[in-house]
Amino acid sequence: MPSTFDTVASIISETCDIPRDKISPESHAIDDLGIDSLDFLDIAFAIDKAFAIKLPLERWTQEVNDGAATTEQYFVLKNLCARIDDLVAAKGAVST
Amino acid sequence: MQLEYFQLIDRVVELDLGARTIRCEAVVPLTSTIFEGHFPGHPLMPGVLLIETMAQTAGWLVIAATRFERMPFLAAVKEAKLRTFVTPGQVLSVVAELIHDGSGYAMAAASIAVDAKPICNADLTFKVMDFPSEDFRSRMRDWAKRLQFPIGTCVHG
Repeated sequence: MPSTFDTVASIISETCDIPRDKISPESHAIDDLGIDSLDFLDIAFAIDKAFAIKLPLERWTQEVNDGAATTEQYFVLKNLCARIDDLVAAKGAVST
Repeated sequence: MQLEYFQLIDRVVELDLGARTIRCEAVVPLTSTIFEGHFPGHPLMPGVLLIETMAQTAGWLVIAATRFERMPFLAAVKEAKLRTFVTPGQVLSVVAELIHDGSGYAMAAASIAVDAKPICNADLTFKVMDFPSEDFRSRMRDWAKRLQFPIGTCVHG
């Protein structure tokens, strides 16, 4: 079973046509990979589908805009994957 | 349809929030200044307006799904295919399905048919935001009423 990072990296590679070997857990989706907000919607869509979750993009964006969070917290891939794991775990906790 | 006013939907025919689908009807006007240029002596509904017609149909579906709380703005058009010409007087059946209701965005698939013959289709992405103002929201509700939009089925209070 692929790791969360492997799945996310594959999604980014396919969605944004970025070579897979350029994508690491330390990559910042915006600053390092050059993904803009519109392209990130396609990634969010694919992640939502792959993990059966709903990334809270609006809340994250609001927190960043308000200065309550940094983009690194949500858009560095290792951090993004940790958020995804949290969402998947929370969903499992609710459904059990 | 009032092409010059970008009012491209005439009537909401079916809205199924369970299935997350909508069907609208739109009649291409017999005359329009747009046809004077597109094209002289050979009037055709512009493809970009067919895409906008699909976007407006899907947009009403997103508004319904958010119970008139949020406004969709077209952000991306993918896999748009314009299969055949559309001419003045034709009755368009426009359908859309909400594929995904994300956080601040929505994905929809839409298509148009005339007499059950496929005309065009596209995958559409919307940014979904709060209405910019209560006045705008009120105007959209008034517009919806003119389209016979079943507001009561998706709005409470």
